Amino acid sequence: MVIDTSKDLVPARPTGIWSWITTVDHKRIGMMYGITALVAFFVAGLQALLIRLQLTNANGTVLSADAYNQLFTMHGLTMLLIVVMPVGAAFMNYFIPLHIGARDVAFPRANAFSFWLFLFSTVILLSSFVLGGAPDGGWFGYAPLSTQLEEYVRMDYYAVGAQLLGVASIMASANFIATVFTMRAPGMSLMRIPVFTWMAVVVSFLLIFSLPIFGVGLFQMFFDRNFGTQFFGGGGDPLLWQHLFWLFGHPEVYVLILPAMGIVSEIIPVFSRKPLFGYPFVVFSGIAIGFMGFGVWAHHMYTAGLGPVAEAGFGVATMMIAVPTGVKIFNWIGTMWGGKIRFELPMLFSIGFVSLFVIGGLSGVTHSVVPSDYQQHDSYYVVAHFHYVLFGGGVFGFVAGAYYWFPKWTGRFLDKRQGLWHFWLMLIGFNLTFAPMHILGLNGMPRRTYRYGEGLGFEFWNQVATVGSFIIGLSFLIFAWNLIRSRKHGELAGDDPWDGRTLEWSISSPPPVHNFDEIPVVEHVDDYWHRKYATDEEGRAVRMPDVSGGTVAADTDTGGDDSHEEDMHMPSPSYYPIVAAAGIGTMGYGFVYLPVGWIVVGIGALITMWGVFGWSLEPVTRGGEHE
Amino acid sequence: MKPTQRNREPAGRFRVVALVAVLGLSLAACSGSGPQTALNPEGPIADSINDLWQLVFIMATVVFIIVQGGLFYAMGRFRERKDDESEPVQLHGNTKLEIAWTIIPVVILASIGYPIVRGIFDVRTIPEGPDVLQVQVTGHQWWWEFEYVDLVGDDGRTLVTANELYIPERTDVNLTMTSADVIHSFWVPVLAGKRDVVPNRVTNLTLHANNATPPDQPHPGQCAEYCGLAHADMRFKVHVRTQADFDNWVEGQLAPAAEPTEGAAADGYAAFTTCIACHNATVAGSDGVEDVGPVRTLEVDGVTFTSSLAPDLTHFGSRMTFGAGTFENDREHLARWLANPVDLKPMRPELNDIEAGRILGMPNFNLSDEDIDNLITLLEGWK
Repeated sequence: MVIDTSKDLVPARPTGIWSWITTVDHKRIGMMYGITALVAFFVAGLQALLIRLQLTNANGTVLSADAYNQLFTMHGLTMLLIVVMPVGAAFMNYFIPLHIGARDVAFPRANAFSFWLFLFSTVILLSSFVLGGAPDGGWFGYAPLSTQLEEYVRMDYYAVGAQLLGVASIMASANFIATVFTMRAPGMSLMRIPVFTWMAVVVSFLLIFSLPIFGVGLFQMFFDRNFGTQFFGGGGDPLLWQHLFWLFGHPEVYVLILPAMGIVSEIIPVFSRKPLFGYPFVVFSGIAIGFMGFGVWAHHMYTAGLGPVAEAGFGVATMMIAVPTGVKIFNWIGTMWGGKIRFELPMLFSIGFVSLFVIGGLSGVTHSVVPSDYQQHDSYYVVAHFHYVLFGGGVFGFVAGAYYWFPKWTGRFLDKRQGLWHFWLMLIGFNLTFAPMHILGLNGMPRRTYRYGEGLGFEFWNQVATVGSFIIGLSFLIFAWNLIRSRKHGELAGDDPWDGRTLEWSISSPPPVHNFDEIPVVEHVDDYWHRKYATDEEGRAVRMPDVSGGTVAADTDTGGDDSHEEDMHMPSPSYYPIVAAAGIGTMGYGFVYLPVGWIVVGIGALITMWGVFGWSLEPVTRGGEHE
Repeated sequence: MKPTQRNREPAGRFRVVALVAVLGLSLAACSGSGPQTALNPEGPIADSINDLWQLVFIMATVVFIIVQGGLFYAMGRFRERKDDESEPVQLHGNTKLEIAWTIIPVVILASIGYPIVRGIFDVRTIPEGPDVLQVQVTGHQWWWEFEYVDLVGDDGRTLVTANELYIPERTDVNLTMTSADVIHSFWVPVLAGKRDVVPNRVTNLTLHANNATPPDQPHPGQCAEYCGLAHADMRFKVHVRTQADFDNWVEGQLAPAAEPTEGAAADGYAAFTTCIACHNATVAGSDGVEDVGPVRTLEVDGVTFTSSLAPDLTHFGSRMTFGAGTFENDREHLARWLANPVDLKPMRPELNDIEAGRILGMPNFNLSDEDIDNLITLLEGWK
């Protein structure tokens, strides 16, 4: 089919709310993931501050036990499933196609569907606060506590909300894998794709293999709660849930951290002006972490009574996962070694990531010391450990990515002065908050306790932690202001502000809808760097004369904008993804309120069918036109 | 290329941060304080765990210093300098180095593998023999029940108590544990690591204490697995006694409580009929010795556990605390408790179902001030 109107040839970027609702552009979907996650981050951060206020003094009275239990459950659920995972998805959506030289993901409408379903699941989970109470069984939802009180809908919200988030994630993951495996630019062999995109592939496989296990567990929990089965409670086995949950829950930890590791692996070479040290080792250690991540789940269960043999086996496996993690850290330091390090904001946050992640990694090794873990398990020591990994690691990495790529999103820099305030306040606040928790845990303070008595010596370090948490809060207010303000008023950045190495810096900022005017032909890892630099006899980089400074315009060697665009086929916008997702979300609400909710389930099913049929029968159009 | 905007020696500031981090962690290692700490063990089991922790902590600290040192050295040594226009050598990697920093951590980790595995088997060994004190533990939302299965009174009843465990010093104690409802975890850090208490399963934990504790300073412990609303208030005490003192305590606990015949205590005993819907007490009255409240058991994996609806009150007056190790056992706290239990401790008595054996806390019985006073007199008299 040849459609020959010049309007089609240059896909415009329409504006307005409808254009966002119907968008299938991976960059816009990435943005929406990011914005949703950022909002959720502030919600979950607020929950954390309330928790810290409650624990400031012995026998705190800021919150009731009931409120506290809902807040710590929702803080964990929100931060993991609605903040860190979607932030990863935001970066993946935006940069996988740009990294591999593609115009979009493999299934753009399915991509939109994944986002909308994620958004509706988020709404379901967060709305529980005002619709009968939020989940209060911990993010880990241990049975039979989670199946005990059928009088409350709280854990039904958990079972339904987490299930739908899982469906959204599985679909997004399949999409990313298909994109990377089938849509790479010519010459972009697997060992030439940027490390961030490699980590996205590993994460996608982890999710596809681990989420269905969680899904089964959630179904069983839902059945136990609503249909009288006894998978976990009654005559069932409470440990079954733990195995299912941690078979998902442990790989999930790597789902959260690997994208941040990928981001840092992009940033450190750029600001050291050297290629990533040991690229294949960094890639393969990421894959190794992914594989080994499935063999260590029972280290969350050392005190559950699996028997000494199982505990010893999982202890050794847990220890060994430190090896590929160490390889990554050594390679990052190796990248900086002999380089020319510019301490720009993305680099500061990346170094913060490496430094704090080392602490989190080492405290992780102490958990593999099983007898020692008999003491540390479910104490504040563990809270300290995973915040060093997920906040000191994950959040520092993602914030580094935000400072690094903000110029690509908007064409402007984030303000450096505010950024430095953000960095130092966050670093100090973070350590003040979470370092004392090591001490609290070793001194016997258990997790998930809404209050502690006097005379146990817990007050001082809890007070320090509370002060630290508010410093973190302040630092993120600065960050939020910086994001809002710099979007319109930041210093202009040009297309390649950091002297970047990967393909996204070869196109304009912000990128055009179709990403690349001409699909690049790739010859190296860090292909864009090699277009700008050669090496002399000593191996030092030498700028090639034919390319001018930092604003390498979008490889204008094609000599015009219309010579290659005839085979450019951009997916057309569609509102059916949001319809189908809304239908499933409606069904979700119905399932929470069974048996009355069956009616709502029916309505939701009809809406879903409308969405799916409309989607399937939608004619293929071009250039944003609809029949 | 865009010039670097500000470049004033950030490496120096990083060194300060690193120093603070190292100091903080060292502090964590040395600051064993408070009665619930895992760092000041009071028995050989917690001791062996602590030794292992110290070993790994030192190794981790060395690795920490080396890695952070390398990071900070690289930051200082290889930072961009204004007068230096040269570009760095574009080094892509070094396979020998990669192999080295893969193998060396493996060797280091393998070296602690043996003590870890041995430690697991040591700590997990269930002590046997006639000298071992056998205690069965039943976890409840949100209190602990202890039954000394080998300590039997003249009337054939075993010693049953709640929330305060007494053990003799320098004796192996084998706890055989299960839960009546959801998963709990028994944790008294100065004596041992924690062990989950799981419904439908039996788990074991060994305790061994070096020295007797002063009467008013038992070792504190608490539930370590989130078990719902009042998880934070599911605490307990472990009193360690010399063998002679322990034997005295056993003798006292095995005797039934006396039925009061006059005064406030007798009035309290009349009001006590409200309590015995859930609470048991073994009382010696005119008709002989009888259990006035419900006595229930739970069979798990061939082991029969006492599984009461609420703590046994026979020797309530001898306990230091109540409300699962949470409140001082004195008139003031008891009066508040009896006036409205959920005012002191969060519970869900509105969901109680005695027939089904599901108790989620003590309801408010709207007792009169007089009844409350008399009940306190009764209970404090039952030493």
